Amino acid sequence: MTDLQRPATRAGVVLRGRTVVPGVVTGEALVSPETISGWGGIDPATGTIIEARHPLAGVCFTGKILVFPGAKGSSGWSGFFQTTRLLGTAPIGMVFAVTTTKAALGAVVTRVPALADLDADPVAVLRTGDRIRLDATAGVVEQLDRPDRTALTDTTAGEDR
Amino acid sequence: MILTDDDRRLRDGDEGPAVAAAMDLLVRYGEALDAERLCDVRNVAGTTTQPSPVKARLVAEGGWDRAFSLINLDADETLPIPPMAVPTCQLQHGFGRDAVGVAPYPPEMIALQDDGEAFVGARGVSVLATCTPYQVGNLPVRGEHCAWMESSAVVYANSVLGARTNCEGGASTGAASLTGRIPCWGNHRDDERLGTHHVRVETPVASFLDWGLLGYAVGDAVQEGRPVVTGDLALPDLTDLKHFGAAAASSGGVEMYHVPGVTPEATSTEAAFGGRPPRDTVVFGAAERRAAYERLNDQGTCEDVDFVLLGCPHASLDQLRDAARALEGRRLADGTELWIMAPRALVAVAERSGYTAVIEAAGGRVLTDSCPAMSRTAPAGTRVFATDSAKQAHYLPAILGIEAWFGTTAECVDAAVTGRWRGELR
Repeated sequence: MTDLQRPATRAGVVLRGRTVVPGVVTGEALVSPETISGWGGIDPATGTIIEARHPLAGVCFTGKILVFPGAKGSSGWSGFFQTTRLLGTAPIGMVFAVTTTKAALGAVVTRVPALADLDADPVAVLRTGDRIRLDATAGVVEQLDRPDRTALTDTTAGEDR
Repeated sequence: MILTDDDRRLRDGDEGPAVAAAMDLLVRYGEALDAERLCDVRNVAGTTTQPSPVKARLVAEGGWDRAFSLINLDADETLPIPPMAVPTCQLQHGFGRDAVGVAPYPPEMIALQDDGEAFVGARGVSVLATCTPYQVGNLPVRGEHCAWMESSAVVYANSVLGARTNCEGGASTGAASLTGRIPCWGNHRDDERLGTHHVRVETPVASFLDWGLLGYAVGDAVQEGRPVVTGDLALPDLTDLKHFGAAAASSGGVEMYHVPGVTPEATSTEAAFGGRPPRDTVVFGAAERRAAYERLNDQGTCEDVDFVLLGCPHASLDQLRDAARALEGRRLADGTELWIMAPRALVAVAERSGYTAVIEAAGGRVLTDSCPAMSRTAPAGTRVFATDSAKQAHYLPAILGIEAWFGTTAECVDAAVTGRWRGELR
């Protein structure tokens, strides 16, 4: 790979946090700068954020590791993310800054590795498109690469737990 | 997490596979929260009957046992669901039979929900079918540990009633209903109920509209914080506090607030903070009041209103009576509809008192069980709606792709009668 795809200054960042749901997964980060609503905020049928004023409106999180500040809105949050699992549109991991019952139960019923309460703000440190390894069992998320956006072709994501 | 001998017994299947699945979910959830232990609950408000495409599929595959197992217990297999272990009620869900011919809502969803009601009713679930269970028979006492869903009911139970509940979900309430247990975390703990933010109200807050605007501004400012609200406040009633909490739980994630001298855990401002300094101070003056109003009204440009929605959260008897008074002797404009959502138990009283007849004579409808946001249903062809609810103005435009106006109840009734929005902040 070229240097552009592995910027020496950022690659290899490691954040430590608290295990919410154990498990290990490697994949592409989708970073939401704002909190996410379940009910009225996502469409489980398509795995897409639908809240009109949200910066990621229209973006699909299926197969991504969702990195976000926290959950907001209705108590339907967990049920909506549980439905993404039942419909096969779920994210493959979750990293969030603030623990609430909505986000914690949501991660549990989505049944994906999840980490919270990290030693640095994951939303500020990680970027959409970063390839990351989330070891929620050990409480670590590691940035593997930050591909140059123009060269970003690898959208595969694999589960290795 | 520390489990009691009884918790282990349930987890190990002594009370059957559904209870074991419930305890397994509670253990996974408690560990996800880093809770030390579970606590007893004797009051659950959750949802099983709300129809959805996924639920229709699961019921077709294996009946309501399957839907409850996979959704309310987060299990993988269909398990026989026993009677509820503790008092449990069904919250709001989809439209019921009273909406047939009024709301363009699929009849097969109503049939599915009827079937679900029979299933849960047979297991001891009280089908209150409202987002305001505290209005119609589920009024927890101060200090009662509960497992409730519905953000507007959670904030009311914690703040106004002094009961203790986190904002639970479909799986955690399902598991709690079969075990009488829930993670002892957050709002269940004394120190997690104390105020975090001081809200100083510097413009008069007296009307139903004012309390909604204040809630919408406060939620936005404090997010998940626990605001202590003081200043230029008239004594609020049930309806005002219902509006305030629902608004604060829409723009933010407020689950607990204090109004010293009004809410039970705040005998004084100092008591509300437990002697700790506030994390932050927020001012609500004339400018903040106007900003909240304008934010709620930034999703409308067309002044032709074709739908008016009152009763979010579900209307109180006062709201039903006030709507009847405002509509008495008037007639809705052609092409404009008005719905008032209310708990079915209160509609029985409204009918008996003559309010419903007055509302229907004007062309309005009193509906139960649901709301346009829950059922994703408004009158056919709705492009612009008006409401006196900050929560409904916040959510419905995104859910249905329509424009919204927010104002007083009188302005909404005026819009229904004239077909035009003429609201303004006074």
